[in-house]
Amino acid sequence: MNFPILSTLIFLPMVSALFIFLSKEQKNNSSATYISLFSSIATFVLSLFVWYSLDLSSPEFQFIEEKSWVNDYIKFKLGVDGISILFIVLTTLITPICIISCINSVKERIKEFLIAILILETFMIGVFCSLDLVIFYLFFEAGLIPMFLIIGVWGGPKRVYSAFKFFLFTLLGSVLMLVAIIVIYWLTGTTDITQIYEIKIPKEYQNLLWLAFFSSFAVKTPMWPVHTWLPDAHVEAPTAGSVILAAILLKMAGYGFLRFSIPLFPVASEFFTPLIYTLSIIAIIYTSLVALMQEDMKKLIAYSSVAHMGYVTLGIFTFTKQGVEGSIFQMISHGLISAALFLCVGVVYDRLHSRLISSYGGLVNYLPKYSFLFVVFALAALGLPGTTGFLGEFLVLTGSFQKNYIVAMLATIGVILGAGYMLWLTKRVIFGEITNEKIKNFKDTNKLEIFMLTTLASLVIFFGFYPAPLIETLDVSVNNLLMNYEQSLNNIKVVSND
Amino acid sequence: MINNLNILLPEIFLTLSIFTILMIGVFTKKSFNLVFNLTSFIIIISIIIILNVSDKTVKIFLDSFIRDSFSNFFKILILIASLFVLNSSKNFIIDRNINKFEYPIIVLISILGMFFMLSSNDLILFYLGLELQSLSLYILASIDRDNLKSSESGIKYFILSALSSGLLLYGCSLLYGFTGSTNFDLISNSLNKENTGAIFAMVFILVGLAFKISAVPFHMWTPDVYEGAPTSITSFFAVVPKVTGLALFIKFMFIPFSSILLEWQSIIIFISIASMILGALAAIVQKNVKRLLAYSSIGHIGYALAGVATGVVSGYESSIIYITIYVVMNVGAFSCLYLMKKDGKYRENISDLSGISKKHPLLSISLLIILFSLAGIPPLGGFFAKFYVFSSVLEQKMYALAIIGLLTTVISAFYYLRIIKTMYFDDSIITYDVVKNKLAQTTILISCSVLITFFLYPSVLNKLVNSLFAGQ
Repeated sequence: MNFPILSTLIFLPMVSALFIFLSKEQKNNSSATYISLFSSIATFVLSLFVWYSLDLSSPEFQFIEEKSWVNDYIKFKLGVDGISILFIVLTTLITPICIISCINSVKERIKEFLIAILILETFMIGVFCSLDLVIFYLFFEAGLIPMFLIIGVWGGPKRVYSAFKFFLFTLLGSVLMLVAIIVIYWLTGTTDITQIYEIKIPKEYQNLLWLAFFSSFAVKTPMWPVHTWLPDAHVEAPTAGSVILAAILLKMAGYGFLRFSIPLFPVASEFFTPLIYTLSIIAIIYTSLVALMQEDMKKLIAYSSVAHMGYVTLGIFTFTKQGVEGSIFQMISHGLISAALFLCVGVVYDRLHSRLISSYGGLVNYLPKYSFLFVVFALAALGLPGTTGFLGEFLVLTGSFQKNYIVAMLATIGVILGAGYMLWLTKRVIFGEITNEKIKNFKDTNKLEIFMLTTLASLVIFFGFYPAPLIETLDVSVNNLLMNYEQSLNNIKVVSND
Repeated sequence: MINNLNILLPEIFLTLSIFTILMIGVFTKKSFNLVFNLTSFIIIISIIIILNVSDKTVKIFLDSFIRDSFSNFFKILILIASLFVLNSSKNFIIDRNINKFEYPIIVLISILGMFFMLSSNDLILFYLGLELQSLSLYILASIDRDNLKSSESGIKYFILSALSSGLLLYGCSLLYGFTGSTNFDLISNSLNKENTGAIFAMVFILVGLAFKISAVPFHMWTPDVYEGAPTSITSFFAVVPKVTGLALFIKFMFIPFSSILLEWQSIIIFISIASMILGALAAIVQKNVKRLLAYSSIGHIGYALAGVATGVVSGYESSIIYITIYVVMNVGAFSCLYLMKKDGKYRENISDLSGISKKHPLLSISLLIILFSLAGIPPLGGFFAKFYVFSSVLEQKMYALAIIGLLTTVISAFYYLRIIKTMYFDDSIITYDVVKNKLAQTTILISCSVLITFFLYPSVLNKLVNSLFAGQ
């Protein structure tokens, strides 16, 4: 195909951000809202088209675009396969929902807010499309700028601290990745990952390079013990910011593990598997316990995100088909569910301006529709069968049982704890005594909120019962990934036996 | 002989026009505007002249003067930078009552000095050019002579710079004593590692040059001079002499000292790391934007020197790219200062920026772009500058230098973010005067658009810079 469809996908939001920037101030900034909504929906439709026309039976990258970029040796190379298309569609789906949520919740400087969200969308899609390490790094890091501003300008009272923590933690992790990328370039003579897949990086370099990439992805995932920026960032960020952070930005790291760490450094990935298992288990159990103790709803969901991402890293490093597919599924599912939960918190926050669990209670009496949706998402988050949350965790656990009994059993504890904190949260917020008189004056969710939440709820339930479209999309690519991984491990074993 | 003069054309043109506009300035009343515009005109003509001369390497006057693509590139860079620095600061100069007609003329004289430095192939010509440049800079630093701070900074700069020039001259004389020649090529031939005295001389020359580009540990004058001198002068100091200094670093490494590269390299690695660390740490506590930019420029020189420290052509190229992008960023950053005017006075504290994003969205978004670029965040131009430097550093397997350098970028990101925080996160207390400063605004616009669009064609500069070393 000659039409540069991926570049269009990437730069469409940015171009519309430019339009918003140039558009005149109006009352309610309606033109800015419409432009951004229209362009983000157009991007979504375009990404669905890419998904539809993707040849799922081929593990190769498709829609490849290649332009000479830096000195002819670094190419601006884009392409998608079965794994990345899911993340792209997730990104383009979440962005319009975020924009809709802004209409209610962002009161000042909405124009700038929409520009930031659209530019962020450009960078996020870019991350999932790039087939070149430098391009990947470029988009990966560039996302920091709009997110820093979103947290800092529209955030809560402690926003400055959170924004700085977010920015500096991520930057610190990433600079080591930049070193690794440049070293890879000097080792292999290219940064095009499809070529590096073929070339294979020398064994003695793999461990250090893997660690450099890991430092970046671990911060972004976030893995224990570098997860501390996430609760702060989530708590202070505005609703739309939290949604994007939880639904998409965290997935970049999981995607990075799949796309870079494992195929580029198979030996090191195997070598460091115990490290990943340990950190994932600690993340799952420890952060679940921490989540139990939270007073703040957003903080609780943030800690639950860390626990859920623990399953993701665990699943990826089982190197089994179930494990890897499960963790991709878990990432998509967590993208939908955590986005929805943050939106739910946003809905009541807009009314009471409090995120404390103790200021709510008995919401079911006055906000029945809202309560229904909240319970759906809470159950999905704890992994109730029939929702996407269940399938992801189930597949990850199946995968890890094949590799290591103890790890899988410890991970299962997390499922129980997850049920604990989610149900307790639901009990305290939705049911129970009415502790706050102001709740009686609440209006139930309006049409926009219902629209956002039901969209997500129906997706969660639909894919919970019928996951085939997602699994089929990523099946061939995952098989290919694992096959290459085993092959390169075997090759190296053969070499060392000789 | 006449052919030789042809090769000197840019210098001759510059000299003659300096004399002419000096006469015009003396004999016409209130001549600042006229002289200023003539200066801009002369700079443009000089750029055209240099663009039109051939890139062939020619050495004249007993091989003491060299004209090659390397010197031409830097001359053009200096001229363009001076053009933007001068024009963006015009309103500021008038407001601060330093609109004496000597101002642009002295700037031109210092440019002339730099021309000779860049084209020198001989220690004597190099030193003459250096002195011509330095003397003009002393005057510029104290041009606001009724202002205590400006005079203080001028004297401080004069004393320290004279000391460093003295050291440099001592180094030159030692070098002459140990090698028997002042010509760079001859020095290069007769140098070797056994020649301890020459290595001693090299250290002195290095100290002199490091002072001029304010690399640690010879940076002490920078913050005071940056703060004390009028902003228009500071922006000139921050950009133009730095470019020349770095070019000379590369020149010295490339020609006279190429055979004792290893000795020279270890010193530069130290200077580079020290500059990066000090630039990153000391800037954190600054309250004055100009002081902060002074420390940030120390850090940036550290990054540029990291490219020089590799000792290979690709490293020099990367630091030339770095300094070029640095020029673009700094010219933009200083132009923003010209728009921070309240009640007729120019503000320069970080706290004066608090919350300006609400009242001055365009100024703050421009400063935001420039600051993120200075911090080296992709996809802005500053990232590519750092990328090229560190990629050539890693090519030479200097892992420690690269990792320390990149970690300091994280630290330095902190203070750039602090300014952004002040602009965007804090509450608004200040509304600046409406400044009709088209020239400064255009400069900011050009600087920002270069930084934003750089990622579309990141190899434009590379091709240009690659051709500089193609002949050698």
